[in-house]
Amino acid sequence: MHELSVCQGLLRQVKQIALEHRATAVEKIYLQIGPLAGVEPALLQAAFPIASADSLAAQAQMVIRAMPIRVHCRRCHADTEASLNNLTCADCGDWETELLSGDELLIERIEMQTPQ
Amino acid sequence: MCDSCGCNVTAGNRHLIEDNGPLATVDAGTTAVTILQDLLSENNLQARHNRQHFAKHQVLAINLMSSPGAGKTALLEATIDALKDRYAIAVIEGDLETENDARRIRAKGVPAVQITTGSACHLDAHMVHDALHQLDLAALDLLFIENVGNLVCPASFDLGHHRNVVLLSIPEGDDKPAKYPVMFRAADLMVLSKSELLPVMDDFSPTQAEHYLRQLANPAPVISLSAKTGRGMQDWLHWLTQEIEAHRARLHNGDNTRPVIAADGIRFHAAQRPSAVRLGPL
Ligand SMILES: Nc1nc2c(ncn2[C@@H]2O[C@H](COP(=O)(O)OP(=O)(O)OP(=O)(O)O)[C@@H](O)[C@H]2O)c(=O)[nH]1
Ligand SMILES: [Zn+2]
Ligand SMILES: [Zn+2]
Ligand SMILES: [Zn+2]
Ligand SMILES: [Zn+2]
Repeated sequence: MHELSVCQGLLRQVKQIALEHRATAVEKIYLQIGPLAGVEPALLQAAFPIASADSLAAQAQMVIRAMPIRVHCRRCHADTEASLNNLTCADCGDWETELLSGDELLIERIEMQTPQ
Repeated sequence: MCDSCGCNVTAGNRHLIEDNGPLATVDAGTTAVTILQDLLSENNLQARHNRQHFAKHQVLAINLMSSPGAGKTALLEATIDALKDRYAIAVIEGDLETENDARRIRAKGVPAVQITTGSACHLDAHMVHDALHQLDLAALDLLFIENVGNLVCPASFDLGHHRNVVLLSIPEGDDKPAKYPVMFRAADLMVLSKSELLPVMDDFSPTQAEHYLRQLANPAPVISLSAKTGRGMQDWLHWLTQEIEAHRARLHNGDNTRPVIAADGIRFHAAQRPSAVRLGPL
């Protein structure tokens, strides 16, 4: 599983943003993760203390917001909820849909201690 | 950065950061930075650089993914036999250990670079870049990247390639797309491999496999073939040849293309899954 390498990439970015803001510590990292992101939130949480040890984010809390899967139907134009292995339109059943949300893997927000 | 152009704020997440959304307020004494930034942006930057290398030399790069042992290397061997007089081919081999696959490819008379990933379950754009600099791209038409045998992780990393091909071998069962949706959603082509085993494994239904793929809203073509008997190889070679020609035409028009990457679709949600996406100045 690649969650450790994803976590390391995440922390490199967090560190850079913290430096830009001359932060003394990172307190919270909010992430958005959809089921189609290919990342297991529990594994990412488990990897975080390992990846963040000895960094500005060592004491940080990682908050993961699970995003819903939603699709837009090109045939009937309905926006409906979908599931991991069924992305068809819940209204008309057509499979030619577009994903509206569900594959996010995003840093949404970082909270940090900054000098006055 | 993305907070200035808002490109990562989508219909799915906007409500979280607006006025009274749960993420709109901050604990006292801390500074919040809202960035909505792509987590994998470092890998993506490297992938973009790799794609520039390919564009400069008109190379089509194909990422080959499957479970361990589904027949990726065997398919590459048969493909090289069939196409090497027509196109200059090279292979980047990703494996946990051993140089075996690279040796098999070199025995066919084409260059192969082995990446042994050790414990890593997938290739990333940095590993592929190191391998690229061991190849003479100027002399190539077609580069295959044989990813680590794994139906989960390889789909999540952009390598700078242009097309994803996912192999599903007949002994694995026809419900793999339903069980590993993230990987199969990313496929530009699904190859049902070891197809000469269909009469023996008669509970495998190609129609059912295709049905599961369509349930992922994936319009990718499906090809059945056997690298062993050669049956179905023509369809595959035809697909490849068309892709090479289409890629050259795109580059000629100043366009480029990239495959679907899990966790990366957000940028393209509204774009109706285009077959060619303008990436800006290369
Ligand atoms: N029956 C049959 N066996 C095949 C076919 N293609 C490959 N095999 C066999 O399947 C096994 C694995 O084939 P490989 O080509 O090494 O598979 P791979 O996907 O490259 O394997 P990894 O790199 O280890 O993930 C070997 O024993 C092959 O001989 C085929 O078309 N039919
Ligand atoms: Zn993995
Ligand atoms: Zn519909
Ligand atoms: Zn192999
Ligand atoms: Zn380079």
